[in-house]
Amino acid sequence: MTVENGMDAGPPHAATVVSRTQESPTIFTLQLRLDDAAAQAAYRFAPGQFNMLYLFGVGEVPISIMSDPGDRIGIGHTIRAAGRVTRGLAELQPGDPVGLRGPFGRGWPLQEMGGNDIVLVTGGLGCAPVVSVVHYILKRRDRFGKLVIIQGVKHAEDLIWREQYDHWASMPDTQVLVAATEGAALWPWHVGRVTDLFALARFNPKRAAAMMCGPEGMMRTAAESLLQRGVPESRLFLSMERNMQCAVGRCGHCQLGGSFVCRDGPVYSWGQVKDLLVHRGF
Amino acid sequence: MFSGHEPAGFLPLALLDTLVAALMAQGYECQGPAVENGAIVMRELAETDVLPRGLQAEQAPGHYRLTQDPLNRYFAWANGPQAIKPQVFAPKESMWRVERDEAGALQFAAVLPEMPKQAIIGVRACDLAALALQDAHFLRDGRRDAHYAQRREQLFLVAVQCAVPASTCFCASTGDGPTPTTGYDISLAELAEGFVVVASSGKGEAVLSALNLLPATSQQIDAAQQQGQAAAASQTRSLPSRNLLEALMSQLEHPRWDEVAARCLACGNCTAVCPTCFCHAEGDEPSLDGHSSEHGRIWDSCFSESHGHLHGFNVRPDIRSRYRQWLIHKLATWHEQYGRSGCIGCGRCIAWCPVGIDLTEEVSALTASEAQL
Amino acid sequence: MNASLVKLGKPRVAVHKFSSCDGCQLAFLNLGEDLLALAERVELVHFAEAGPLDPDTEVDIAFVEGSVSTPQDLERIQHIRQHSRMLIAIGACATSGGIQALRNNTDGTDWVAQIYAHPEAIASLAHSTPISSHVKVDFELWGCPVSGPQIVAVVNSLLLGVAPHDNVDKVCTECKRRNLTCVMVSHGVACMGPVTRAGCGALCPSLGRDCYGCYGPAENANTDALAAQFGHLGLTPQDIVRRFQSINSQAPVFLAAAEKMRQRDE
Repeated sequence: MTVENGMDAGPPHAATVVSRTQESPTIFTLQLRLDDAAAQAAYRFAPGQFNMLYLFGVGEVPISIMSDPGDRIGIGHTIRAAGRVTRGLAELQPGDPVGLRGPFGRGWPLQEMGGNDIVLVTGGLGCAPVVSVVHYILKRRDRFGKLVIIQGVKHAEDLIWREQYDHWASMPDTQVLVAATEGAALWPWHVGRVTDLFALARFNPKRAAAMMCGPEGMMRTAAESLLQRGVPESRLFLSMERNMQCAVGRCGHCQLGGSFVCRDGPVYSWGQVKDLLVHRGF
Repeated sequence: MFSGHEPAGFLPLALLDTLVAALMAQGYECQGPAVENGAIVMRELAETDVLPRGLQAEQAPGHYRLTQDPLNRYFAWANGPQAIKPQVFAPKESMWRVERDEAGALQFAAVLPEMPKQAIIGVRACDLAALALQDAHFLRDGRRDAHYAQRREQLFLVAVQCAVPASTCFCASTGDGPTPTTGYDISLAELAEGFVVVASSGKGEAVLSALNLLPATSQQIDAAQQQGQAAAASQTRSLPSRNLLEALMSQLEHPRWDEVAARCLACGNCTAVCPTCFCHAEGDEPSLDGHSSEHGRIWDSCFSESHGHLHGFNVRPDIRSRYRQWLIHKLATWHEQYGRSGCIGCGRCIAWCPVGIDLTEEVSALTASEAQL
Repeated sequence: MNASLVKLGKPRVAVHKFSSCDGCQLAFLNLGEDLLALAERVELVHFAEAGPLDPDTEVDIAFVEGSVSTPQDLERIQHIRQHSRMLIAIGACATSGGIQALRNNTDGTDWVAQIYAHPEAIASLAHSTPISSHVKVDFELWGCPVSGPQIVAVVNSLLLGVAPHDNVDKVCTECKRRNLTCVMVSHGVACMGPVTRAGCGALCPSLGRDCYGCYGPAENANTDALAAQFGHLGLTPQDIVRRFQSINSQAPVFLAAAEKMRQRDE
């Protein structure tokens, strides 16, 4: 299971749903455990990596891992019911079987960015890859400087883990900034675009690293704003989403220029992808 | 090849079938050229089959016709609609299988193809170059594709020198032909009276020694060499031999993409006949009894809707971005992936495009404005 | 698509016929062994061609063959919709109006008068229309007729509780996967494959002939480019109109292509 990155070409490994949490009307979290106890014990991943989850008779889908690498409960996946496989996965209950292979891809450079302030920017529903970073940093708080969590959603009701955001905001040296383009009654945060929040973020650009996930337009605007604040390009990272079917750099769907997102990503440095992001179609 | 440094044998025309017989005697299933639906295709040969003779493949954008070869040669047809991609990267194959028992538990098992030892007769230099690129993709260090490997390892390749390139051929400009130089087991150059034959592998030598050929004369070797040079010189199409990565990546918003998109059917035929295209889709075929499912892969194309599909949006919703993805990947970003262009000059994408879009013409239009700037 | 069907155990299934030739129902019957396997997993409550007759009962899945072409059809489709949790339109008639929708482009009363001894006995609507023009359709399966593997794939998906996969690719993709030679390139015939939806397994090209578009338009169907190429192959504008005005004449993409060609011809 913990083979060299990208080697787990299939077939998947049998796994079981340990728990299921409905996070919003369309978003749910599945905690999974590999049926083979030894494989489960040996399973290792880095925040930002993803697994291929298999639904019997239907197919596979790439899902990023949202739990902390140190969690022993299971391997956490937060999923939006959007396509054939994910709508089917939404029907699963504890005890139901799935297939799992992974982890795949390159995660966030958390070791390398130790000592820096960390600015996390997420938009839309692209929060899961970044949530794993929050978990990671909060468990290893002394290794990082300030933590700024900037989250934008379209509708107020799209924000999942509301209690968690409150909890994170109460942690030392942690700032939580949330915006919804369309607010709602009792919405405690900003109504407007996520990029409005950058001015409020408190961090030292000279020793900060930013990690972004979400719609590409949002990430581009965020990157420009962070670069303007003085965050060096080399410490700007983003997680890209593309169609991934094989996860081992073979099927060709996830190509982003010359790279394969499943293998060379999903986490890239800004410099690696900035030229392609301005052209629709890559 | 045919350099005079390697021992070359001579196989008289009348004895061509002894080569097939020798391969069969050594346990190879043989595939060779056959005429099917107006084109040359590779089909399994029976012991009594006679290879087609006296055919040329007249090709032009969106056009392929078999015509008479006045010299009545065996291999005067330049190529057919497929290289040997289907033999190694199957258009549709099962990869693994899952059983679901009464309790609902899943049990997964790999499914590997059963592949006999297989000899393919009539492989072109461009096909060999394409195979090397497919090897680079599917057999990367540490990430061997088991299905591809299983098929690939069983192949015995009998190459032939191209004496009559089609008008769509441009392998000389990409450096991949028309004379095979590497990657074959046995290679033939067809002359009026017979074939100059060389082997470049142990397997090849074993078959060759079973044939007990007389050595080729230096005149025959010279004739084969000259024939290759003449074939290269006769090619009228070309791609720039330099690395086009920068030249094309600087033209991503060129108006030419809109013009070609207006003509392109997005049918994906170019990607299906391209011997280096590797994209494939994965999916399940569950059994109707609900107890099992086969997970397989099929050829896919960057021209299909699902290729750029993501929940909520499509990365490449229009034909312009799909055509651009195909050409940019093939000629530009392939360099980043595998250290060379993904085009080996076979011209299939030109001939088999139903509306005759010519890749070489698109490249000159896209890079011409670069020269003007 | 309703994912909870899977929890039902044996879903109740009806196969209804509207104005059609029965060919799509035959695609069910021709499933052979698969039909027997299917019968184990669903309860076929209404399927006139196969035996069971109970058109009014509540079902989980209704397959509807045929177009809405008569006043009775208008009423019946509403009734079926109300009694079906999921409605799947199968075949060209149900998805685009079918061959009988050729009358939509003309005054059909003349035709009726020419063909029938007692035209007054014919009660049909002026237009033949797809099911989706009248009621909500959960999934459309194109083709004239639909193919067995398509039906099996749809039923399998529903039994697994997921939406069926909608194949919008071109016939060419299936043609090339079968290692078939492109008939347009090797014979110069006007093949509709490059604008037609896959699903048939490239049946016509496998027999050496050109696709005539019976599965309707594929996504991103560049009919302009194909019509231009048909012209280069020697087809007259009228020939080209006929290529697009056949089994799926009223599918908007084919209708527009024919209209454009007619205007150019004038």
